[in-house]
Amino acid sequence: MPEPHSPRPSSQQPGPAARLLFPLALGLTLAMGLASLFVGVSSVSPTLLWAEGGTGPATEVFLTSRLPRTLALALAGTGLALAGLVLQVLVRNRFVEPSTVGTTESASLGILLVMLLAPGLPVPGRMAVAAGFGLAGTGLFLLVLRAVPQRSALMVPLIGLLLSGVIGAVTTFIAYRTDMLQSLGAWSTGDFSVVLQGRYELLWIVAGLTLVSALFADQITVAGLGRDMAIGLGVNHRAVRALGLVLVALLSAAVIVTVGIVPFLGLVVPNVVSLLMGDNLRRTLPVVCLTGAALVMACDIVGRLVVRPYEMPIGLTMGIVGSAAFLWLLTRRRGHVA
Amino acid sequence: MSPEIRARQITHRMALLALLALLAAAAFLLLNARGSWDFLLPFRGRKLAALAVVAVAIALSTVVFQTVTQNRILTPAIMGFDALYVLIQTGLVFGLGAGRVSALDARLVFGLELGAMVVFALLLFRWMFGPAARNLHLLMLVGIVLGTLFRSIAGFLQRIIDPDSFTVLQDRLFASFNAVDPGLLTLSALIVAGLALILWRLVPELDVLALGREAAVGLGVPQERLVLGLLVIVTLLVALSTALVGPVTFLGLLVANLAYLLLPTGRHAVLLPAAALIALITLIGGQALLERVLHYDTALAVVVEFAGGLVFILLVIRGVAR
Amino acid sequence: MIEVEGVERRYDGVAVLSEVTLSLPKGGLTAIIGPNGAGKSTLLSVMGRLQKPDAGRVTLEGMHLAQAPGRAVAKKLAMLRQDNHTAARLTVRDLVAFGRYPHCRGNPGPEDQAQIDRALAILGLEPLADRFLDQLSGGQRQRAHIAMVLAQDTGCILLDEPLNNLDISHAVRIITLVREAAQALGKTVVVVLHDINMAAAHCDRIVVMKGGRILRHGTPAELMQADFLSAVYETPISVHELAGRLVAVY
Repeated sequence: MPEPHSPRPSSQQPGPAARLLFPLALGLTLAMGLASLFVGVSSVSPTLLWAEGGTGPATEVFLTSRLPRTLALALAGTGLALAGLVLQVLVRNRFVEPSTVGTTESASLGILLVMLLAPGLPVPGRMAVAAGFGLAGTGLFLLVLRAVPQRSALMVPLIGLLLSGVIGAVTTFIAYRTDMLQSLGAWSTGDFSVVLQGRYELLWIVAGLTLVSALFADQITVAGLGRDMAIGLGVNHRAVRALGLVLVALLSAAVIVTVGIVPFLGLVVPNVVSLLMGDNLRRTLPVVCLTGAALVMACDIVGRLVVRPYEMPIGLTMGIVGSAAFLWLLTRRRGHVA
Repeated sequence: MSPEIRARQITHRMALLALLALLAAAAFLLLNARGSWDFLLPFRGRKLAALAVVAVAIALSTVVFQTVTQNRILTPAIMGFDALYVLIQTGLVFGLGAGRVSALDARLVFGLELGAMVVFALLLFRWMFGPAARNLHLLMLVGIVLGTLFRSIAGFLQRIIDPDSFTVLQDRLFASFNAVDPGLLTLSALIVAGLALILWRLVPELDVLALGREAAVGLGVPQERLVLGLLVIVTLLVALSTALVGPVTFLGLLVANLAYLLLPTGRHAVLLPAAALIALITLIGGQALLERVLHYDTALAVVVEFAGGLVFILLVIRGVAR
Repeated sequence: MIEVEGVERRYDGVAVLSEVTLSLPKGGLTAIIGPNGAGKSTLLSVMGRLQKPDAGRVTLEGMHLAQAPGRAVAKKLAMLRQDNHTAARLTVRDLVAFGRYPHCRGNPGPEDQAQIDRALAILGLEPLADRFLDQLSGGQRQRAHIAMVLAQDTGCILLDEPLNNLDISHAVRIITLVREAAQALGKTVVVVLHDINMAAAHCDRIVVMKGGRILRHGTPAELMQADFLSAVYETPISVHELAGRLVAVY
């Protein structure tokens, strides 16, 4: 049998440290948000904005670029961390997130097909297609999971990554045949430097989806305890599971369509939060969302600073930070994972 | 079914596979031959040899790896080797420029890639086999995550190189059987043959390993040393085939699972050659079909990845690959 | 004879076995019993060199198990674990033939064939010999694994709960068979058992474990005592004589 998700008992933790986590995460997110507003190539500072009094070049940069970018970062971080959290609860495995179960790769395939077959489709349509493909990919993953006996918790992400690879090969094949390879690489790498006013608003959908997740937090937690337990507690297991998967697909698709792929964020943030405060979704959800937002903003700020005046795309910074954190999580207590 | 009938069935199927492999080779060499045989045969022969070396290396490495890891849906090829190859190629084009990379001695690049992949794998094994843990799933996952890291860096470099260089790079990133250096081919063929011979001598141990770690220890197989040794052989085979033609990730999964499906036996004396023959049929037959019949000029590897991946998923869902 | 000297084994700092010392003479059937979590399976795994002890050592006829070459040990000691799932698609005969690996390295001669046939016959597996393992019931699979251990033809045999998955008739058959092997062929057999009465009725010696330690080691008559068993299992247990046997009632 696979190691169950083994929810950490929440009775252990809620010491003072756990109670401090929410204000801490909130403070961190606000600090990162402020930093993100005022760090960049062109100088924008609160005093400069005040001096311009509403109109001027700094105000212009602030309103059309910095503010949208910061909001986009916060929303994308929230969305991805939340998607990872919901997926981990539903699949009952700590090492799943959209990019380790095929959701991300499938959504990319959907976007590529839209670009080839219906290039004129407006962004919301593109997102809907991506979400549909993402959902189908996640469903395929669950199907494969059921067909393969798993003797170790690590088999689940291995199967997912393998499946992602296969879907990626399909995408690559199509892109190769149609000469879209470099542009595929360009838009699929997560990058916030392209976010301007008018090009990120779709991400507000994340806020709505977060609200929905919060409303269903208890049901999702119970569904994560397994089918029998859910039925015993009077929760419609199938429906809640389906809702969760749709949430995950929509969240991933919204982020991929607007900014591209940001790997491993959904894996790292919920795991770290779970280590600190257990697995009760109702309590961890706000902290996971805030920490996700803070981490994405931090990575983006680092990307803006290290190779000035150029920028490192977040796909790369997060690829490095996320891989390192994933490795740490994997090897942290070796004896236990197997 | 009585054992005699089963044994005969296995013999028949092996013979059929061998025949098909020969037919594929003949089709590849002889179909649509236009122009001088003196030119055509050596040219096609070289390409055939490259396909054969890669097919055998991939088939053997996958079957052995699946026996060692006790499962039939993993492949050593996804353990970061492909990403490392992509990173090395991208780094070369980025650092030296497309022109100078094309002018580089093929042997130098081959040696560099082979060396980097083997060192990478050995470091990984050393680290994972160090204190206490011998968890192969963990090993694979760490390999894949490192692969993502390599890919992130390569992706960043690819964004900032100019489109012309990218076109050159793009062709180098896909497995290609056309431009294999004859010297390298001979060397690789010899290494693969040597490794195949070692594996052949280890067939009884492989059969025992398939029973699981505890049974293997109980039957007196030096389990830890053997697994480490087999992983080194698998690494060499994967690294060799990748350095020779580029990454081929899913072919191994496909041929290994077809071998299990066609030959219901746990004996590696049957499974290893069967998987190799199926790989030969798939690669050579596929190439003959694409090139000679369909006049299709896409890199074969892209098609193999595409089709191999899809067929593999079908096999898994139908519950065949377990 | 098999000697366990001062063996300790820890998982993450928690001692599963502490200072276990046990000396079993050659020949005879020994049962290890005790409540869940007593460390029975761990002790058997250490004796069968599937796990290395953190301290102490196990010797078999003077051979230090952790250091001796694997195949040399495998000719003298066979071990069957509790759950045996095999990924490979094997027939029963294939599996039993693997028991001969330490002797013939995958090249069975006539002597090996005879041993394989004998093991199949003893466990009544001839009609199933050419079936695949995944076509068998749990009990049939269990018998196939026991046959493999018998085919290994070793002086010492360790079995971890061999009666799991077996119905009464097969359970009695197998424990009788194991006892005969121990008595007639002079084999040293150690079994982990759950059923106290099965142990009392068929074994020459019983080792009682609890909390990673050996509490007592003796003949069934010495150990089948109501107060002692009640204390070990923390459950009221009475012992009665029934049809010439000591039977625990709980």
